[in-house]
Amino acid sequence: MSAAKPSANPLKPKERMAIPRQEMPQRDHDERAKTFEEVNLGYTTELTKQEALRCLECPKPKCVDGCPVGVDVCAFIELINQGDFLGAAAKMREANVLPAVTGRVCPQEDACEGACVLSPKHAPVAVGHLERFIADFERRENKIGLPPVAPPTGKKVAIVGSGPAGLACAGDLIQKGHAVTVFEALHEAGGVLIYGIPAFRLPRDIVRGEVENLRRMGVEFEPNVVVGKTVTIDELFAEGFGAVFVATGAGLPTFLGVPGEHLNGVYSANEWLTRSNLMQARRFPEYDEPTFDVRGKDVAVVGGGNTALDGIRTALRLGARKAYLIYRRSEKEMPARIEEVRHAREEGIEFHMLTNPVAFLGDEKGNLVAARCVRMTLGEPDASGRRRPVTVPGSEFEIPLSVAIIAAGTSANPLVQSTTPDLKTREWGYIVADPVTLKTSKRGVFAGGDIVTGGATVILAMGAGRKAAKAIDEYLSTGVWESAE
Amino acid sequence: MYPILEARFLAPDIKLFRIEAPRVARKHKAGQFVIVRLYDRGERIPLTIARSDPDEGTITLVVQGIGKTTKLMNRLEAGDAILDVVGPLGNASHVQMYGTVVVIGGGVGTAIAFPTAKAMKEAGNTVLSIVGGRSRAFVILEDEVRAVSDETFVTTDDGSYGEKGFVTAQLQKLLDEGRKVDLVLAIGPVLMMRAVAEITRPRGIRTIVSLNSIMVDGTGMCGGCRVITSGKAKFACVDGPEFDAHEVDFDVLALRIAAYREAERLSLAQFERDPERDVAAVRAQTRGAPAKDAAAASGGRAAR
Repeated sequence: MSAAKPSANPLKPKERMAIPRQEMPQRDHDERAKTFEEVNLGYTTELTKQEALRCLECPKPKCVDGCPVGVDVCAFIELINQGDFLGAAAKMREANVLPAVTGRVCPQEDACEGACVLSPKHAPVAVGHLERFIADFERRENKIGLPPVAPPTGKKVAIVGSGPAGLACAGDLIQKGHAVTVFEALHEAGGVLIYGIPAFRLPRDIVRGEVENLRRMGVEFEPNVVVGKTVTIDELFAEGFGAVFVATGAGLPTFLGVPGEHLNGVYSANEWLTRSNLMQARRFPEYDEPTFDVRGKDVAVVGGGNTALDGIRTALRLGARKAYLIYRRSEKEMPARIEEVRHAREEGIEFHMLTNPVAFLGDEKGNLVAARCVRMTLGEPDASGRRRPVTVPGSEFEIPLSVAIIAAGTSANPLVQSTTPDLKTREWGYIVADPVTLKTSKRGVFAGGDIVTGGATVILAMGAGRKAAKAIDEYLSTGVWESAE
Repeated sequence: MYPILEARFLAPDIKLFRIEAPRVARKHKAGQFVIVRLYDRGERIPLTIARSDPDEGTITLVVQGIGKTTKLMNRLEAGDAILDVVGPLGNASHVQMYGTVVVIGGGVGTAIAFPTAKAMKEAGNTVLSIVGGRSRAFVILEDEVRAVSDETFVTTDDGSYGEKGFVTAQLQKLLDEGRKVDLVLAIGPVLMMRAVAEITRPRGIRTIVSLNSIMVDGTGMCGGCRVITSGKAKFACVDGPEFDAHEVDFDVLALRIAAYREAERLSLAQFERDPERDVAAVRAQTRGAPAKDAAAASGGRAAR
């Protein structure tokens, strides 16, 4: 919004810049390390109004360009300044069907906030915190402004996977009037939002609420369907679907390939988080799925991403005595969100940087007792641009552990590709898709999110879902598959 | 929602369920399994499909009540339903013409081995089946197995029926008699499968076992079911469940299967104090609700 346009913000730029970024109220860290209740409590109305006043209303807003789904940040901040929170929420939902989710889990420092002109001199406008407030506001008011749905087109679209890419795609396509069915392999919709991200970062009710909103808009969800096993892509076309969007994620856990990884107590982050979140093993024996009892035991996670932090902070909340994060590079290279790293430190997670496990050691019952590690140092930059970790000779030492959680990344789940021979894949089994249209090598099949890019973020997957929706809508209305060169 | 059309005990604690799951029934091949979750507090457990009827849209599961979930399931009756059934998962048995195939089922393993025995017979093999149980009451599906086998041998641990002794002794006897065997398929407890592997190893007879590792999702996502074969980690759910018995590290398998033994005991003890509470919970969540798989049922069952 250009400064020349009428603005509800009465302050001069200098006055705006004089306001400090409003802090997110947080649960006390001693308290929160024992509970799965959310860490961030959310802005109050006052904090929201104050923070919104900090926006300079740039004529060419970089924050919008910085957003993978293109949320009109300026417009929703202006609506906040007008006091129209529900209007702000509706504006948000036009581009982002999961605002309550992204307001919590987006790496804003790499997107809207990273692009904000206030930074680095001043702290950027807390777009994520504002987004969360307005999404929570409309939910509390129970007046969710669902976008209008176009008259039925008679076309059916199958979406494979109900994670962020699938949900974003479903949200856009249903608005266009297409009939949308989302197939989910697990028993509950949400993908990583339900099985992976813990409740202290993203409460389950939030995800369920967003899924329910899509259902109210007409999206159908069919759980317990593993596309590739229960039904193939070709069979979906035979069932009358006109297009298929494959958004199956990067579901396969990567292990380290070191001795002792078969020991009981060594988990993939996927398993550890799925047991605790999706299966509610943290409520065992009220819930039936067990997980390793870590009360009074020492636990480590191996990895430096958000998943690693989710895993180890979960262990802490399950009663671990010591909780370590073992990462082979330095903190600077950690791919995790800055806020999560800070939260983890506050909660008492001990960081072992430049450390790498070379073996896991067990007792006669096959239970993990320790990780043998080596120290690392950083060498020349590698393909990722980060400095390559190099082993320090003779630096071996042991960390006593009962549980080790491996969060060393994931790879493509092959179930769809292996039963769809005409779907082209590249190295590691990821699906090849056009970067703009997300069209695959197979007519009518689009793919996006982690299954194309490899493990990335919720918002990037949502961006892919939106792109796919646009291309699918075009394909269904024109019937033209070959893109004009 | 997956309605139970038939439920009857085959042996003490071993119950057969015929369940409406049209999408699964349509795709099932011998050797594959489903993951079931009985109700919203339930765990996900893998169960091998004993039979399927694509026209009727049903699958048959045979469940031995050992832990909480299987004991709870065995309290369900026709007219009840299961909240979640997903599948068919895992790879199908590699069925081809081998020559003479010995199929060994220990206890409830007989139900799991049965569809593969049938498929092997249909592929032209001579099928010799060995069916074992603790006592006469625990020998299940004998008639069904006989119907698809050229010869069937029954053993019981206590000698109350058939030959006294273990299924392995019967296998040993056949081999000692000089029977030419091209493939052995063994399904049952770890100890039994390991013993079979040791009998066939020196003779160089290709031997397949179906591994019952602990699983959560069953689609390759969690890696909890990893087993070691030829020194390498494999996932039983997507790489298996059938593996070459001579490559499997049974020690690791036995230890990993026992990973939650204490929790399982606790869960079972709590359940047995008031089993009706959980049965009521399953019924509250599954009775009267519309079928989840309804779209599939109406869309793809023109044959009915």
